[in-house]
Amino acid sequence: MKHLLSINDLDVQSALSVMNLALEMQQVNAREVKKLPALNGRTVANLFFEDSTRTRFSFELAAKRLSADVVNFSAKGSSVSKGESLKDTVQTIEAMGVEALIVRHHHSGAAKTIANSDWSKSIVINAGDGTHEHPTQALLDALTIRQRLKGKADSGDLAGLRVLIVGDILHSRVARSNCLLLRLLGASVGLCGPATLIPNDALKLADSVYFNLDEALADNFDVVMMLRMQRERMNSAFIPSETEYATLWGLTESRFNSLSNDTLIMHPGPMNRGLEISSTAADSAQSAILEQVTNGVAVRMAVLYKLLAKESSLS
Amino acid sequence: MFTLKNVQLANGEVCDVVIEDEYIKAVGQSMNEGELIDCSGLIALQGFVDLHTHLREPGFEQSETILTGSRAAAKGGFTAVHAMANTMPVADNAAVVEQVYALGKSAGYVQVQPIGAVTLGLNGVQLADLGKMNASKANVTVFSDDGKCVNDSLVMRRALEYVKAFDGVVAQHAQDPALTIGAQMNEGELSLKLGLTGWPAVAETAIIARDVLLAEQVQSKLHVCHVSTKGSVEIIRWAKSKGIKVTAEVTPHHLLLTEKLTSDYNPIFKVNPPLRTDEDVQALREAVADGTIDIVATDHAPHPADSKDCEWGEAAFGMIGLETAAAIVKTTLVDTGLISWSRFEEVLSTNPARIGKLRDQGQQIAEGNFANLTLMDARKVFSVSSNSESKSANNPFLGHELSGEIIHTIYKGVFTVKNSAIQRLGAK
Repeated sequence: MKHLLSINDLDVQSALSVMNLALEMQQVNAREVKKLPALNGRTVANLFFEDSTRTRFSFELAAKRLSADVVNFSAKGSSVSKGESLKDTVQTIEAMGVEALIVRHHHSGAAKTIANSDWSKSIVINAGDGTHEHPTQALLDALTIRQRLKGKADSGDLAGLRVLIVGDILHSRVARSNCLLLRLLGASVGLCGPATLIPNDALKLADSVYFNLDEALADNFDVVMMLRMQRERMNSAFIPSETEYATLWGLTESRFNSLSNDTLIMHPGPMNRGLEISSTAADSAQSAILEQVTNGVAVRMAVLYKLLAKESSLS
Repeated sequence: MFTLKNVQLANGEVCDVVIEDEYIKAVGQSMNEGELIDCSGLIALQGFVDLHTHLREPGFEQSETILTGSRAAAKGGFTAVHAMANTMPVADNAAVVEQVYALGKSAGYVQVQPIGAVTLGLNGVQLADLGKMNASKANVTVFSDDGKCVNDSLVMRRALEYVKAFDGVVAQHAQDPALTIGAQMNEGELSLKLGLTGWPAVAETAIIARDVLLAEQVQSKLHVCHVSTKGSVEIIRWAKSKGIKVTAEVTPHHLLLTEKLTSDYNPIFKVNPPLRTDEDVQALREAVADGTIDIVATDHAPHPADSKDCEWGEAAFGMIGLETAAAIVKTTLVDTGLISWSRFEEVLSTNPARIGKLRDQGQQIAEGNFANLTLMDARKVFSVSSNSESKSANNPFLGHELSGEIIHTIYKGVFTVKNSAIQRLGAK
């Protein structure tokens, strides 16, 4: 495999192989000198057509810890009609000798379009495309779940675990990638949110669907993953108001307190405290939110290593 | 004067057809007048009429001109096309429609009949000069804001009423704009998986349902453009059973292609209305066979290469289709046994000529009628290539195996296509 565009590019073996390599990268990240020479002399570009700080930082650190040279390009709202086309941008960056493109784009399928096009020869890593997928987020989430629920050094799959994803499923690339990966690894996934934000065909993506958070939480999931609620959804009649959302769909203090002590709380960030998640839940010992961020660097190191290091491939 | 020898008519009869000047002089056996052209093995059909063509001129000549679009039409066996109004400037007044009409005449490959906009600048608010366009040299009787829906119920009602004065018809692009904000592809399991904003079927069926009821209320004529869903077919079937004056079209691409082609985000398959499911395709084919859908119209929509060589979300909607339309109808409907050659002639010639009120078109191949004919080699199976008379190359059918090649096209007694090659016409 040349690119990482979708979780569908992975099978169980290759997914576990990335996660297990990420375990080794965690060891590197724990050292005083957090650097490997693996990608010395290689050049990767962060091509970000949409605002993102944490994902760009995470990829940049991952590449640097493998000794790659990293350049950053951001072109918010670039389009054929308004400025430079994607084709021209990609060709320009590649003409400077970049070998891998880490692409975040507001249009679904943009990373795949670059990878399939006759205008790019680069290795392409999807860092989030529209409302489609965010594969490295799912990999870091799977790693985090495995470490917290099965032990730090476990190298197996997620068979038997049950994960609930709550919020705006319709627009969430995190939810799509997680449904694909967690189920690939043997977990079952429930989706929960207002029906306006749960697609009609959601059961094609997950194992169960709930339109009521309290009913969902009563089903004792091992993991509860809260999604960020985009405030602009209020303006398109998806939900009545922020307060109604926080009341009905937020992981409030009382909902959190009703959970079992070993339910893992996750959030891909950035959080809207008080809207989809209460501080009590976010800052609790059950929360893995900061570990997700830490694991993000290790997982991205593993992906870069697999795709770029000589004599290596994800599969 | 020339004689087409041994042609087979839609009814199966094999005969000779003598053509003199613009007319068919005689149809019968053992005719040998003027040049003799052997047409053994070819089926002779009434020249095709397209009710839905984007010729792009004036304003978007980088995509197509009236000349290049006319040549593509002739290549596909058409002798008449209706030029859609969404040009720049919009064909919402007599001057623009007369210009399009005149450019079509001077190109000379097909009859170019302008369609007028329903509303000024396609704004959906104020009626365009419907009466003046009708009274112009272009004699417009079909009005459409195609590309946009006449969404306001009152404006739609008024338009339907207004065109009664000259027995016109409003051709609706049925798409509820609020239900399709940002929509990219058919809404369903696949749009969910691809993360592309869904285009729900109800956005089309709801407008059609409203419009047939409006047409009934004001006793006027409605034509529904590019029907794409099974539900739309059911509404139109019901409306026809009630005696409502509604006609409907389907495009060749909606008869052949499905949403599955969207999976790789290749924008060549991005079109409005979107490609739908197998079930919809089957319902559309059956609707052509049972008469619910009256015509096949191409919605030939040329776009420059750049607008398709990009990410899906930035790409333009639309695909070209004039040159492949007849073969697609033949392959999907005749070869499958769903329709006869007579029905084929109805949906590609007689019916669109009637809806568009083109008196010189859609005439039977019979003595005294205009010599608008298409000769097809029905046995010829071919793979669609990128060779095209169109100025644009956004062809979604490349590599598809189709049957039925256009060998000759004759427009008012003149070969526009001969032995599958476009002809040079005079000094134009």
